[in-house]
Amino acid sequence: MDSGHAARSRERAEDVRLAAPKPATGPGGAEGFELGGRVWGSRLIVGTGGFHSLDAMERALIASGAEIVTVALRRVDPGGKGSALDVIDRLGKFALPNTAGCYTARDAVRTARLAREAFETDWVKLEVIGDDRTLFPDAVELVDASETLVDEGFVVLPYTNDDPILARRLEDAGCAAVMPLGSPIGSGMGIANPYNIQIIVERATVPVILDAGIGTASDAALAMELGCGGVLLSSSIARAKDPETMATAMQQAVEAGYAARRAGRIPRKLHAQASTRDEGTPELD
Amino acid sequence: MIVRVNGRPAELPEGATVADAVKAVGIDGENRGIAVAVDGEVVRGTDWERTRLLERQAVEVVRAVQGG
Repeated sequence: MDSGHAARSRERAEDVRLAAPKPATGPGGAEGFELGGRVWGSRLIVGTGGFHSLDAMERALIASGAEIVTVALRRVDPGGKGSALDVIDRLGKFALPNTAGCYTARDAVRTARLAREAFETDWVKLEVIGDDRTLFPDAVELVDASETLVDEGFVVLPYTNDDPILARRLEDAGCAAVMPLGSPIGSGMGIANPYNIQIIVERATVPVILDAGIGTASDAALAMELGCGGVLLSSSIARAKDPETMATAMQQAVEAGYAARRAGRIPRKLHAQASTRDEGTPELD
Repeated sequence: MIVRVNGRPAELPEGATVADAVKAVGIDGENRGIAVAVDGEVVRGTDWERTRLLERQAVEVVRAVQGG
């Protein structure tokens, strides 16, 4: 190629390298995670579903270091067990309500309004499901619900798929983040399409939070290496054999992946690049 | 009169309020994490005592649970 073309290629490569995310400064000068107009100390968001006991949930939440914890809304059951919310309040964590179980925009919007009342917060993780086998989001209902809820002053964090066009629509609607799935909820299949996640990351101007399908620590680290601002996971901890240990692993994985991203990795190459210089090699034959 | 509370028919006296329906499902006192909708519309906690229910209305009393 001619020298002008080579120079332009180098410039583009340079631009990509320099576009690594700049850490926000949080309380105490430590790096913070800017989300929804607040700065958080942890980039890991954990769900509360599926733990064997409130005690197991509590130990795992502490080990995870998560500050934001998701909860759902269900009918009051007079015989129901003690309160997850009591544990969350006592740990000083922020309860993020989820419109889990909603299949239409109308349901999701009504659930969000109920949640706003129950939790005294404008924040909502918006889930509008299209299908009960895959639990994939219904894109049409999701965009509709997002627009309505943003208009009503909610801080909307939408659970979405890995379609970059849908992600842009949600951002344009005013959502505070986009939360693409890695693979189906609870499937543990990790990140099925890392290329789409990368494309979403490169275009988004709101945080991208990988939400759903994480199975183990390396999945969470990969999400951060791809440039996600955070990870939301639930089953991978709650249903692990040892949830508390897995929660620790996830906390470490999210930090490791984030640091690796900021460190600027070497590119993938087909051929070798020696790490020891040739010059000064003794001739011993 | 009969209203539906959490999907089940419930016998409440004429003039019963949302607050009465909430008590009927066993919530007394602590409102944190509880929300109520009547026929799909949220009724704010401050309005429970003064919102009267009508025959056949559907009341949903929900709370925060593990999940999400």
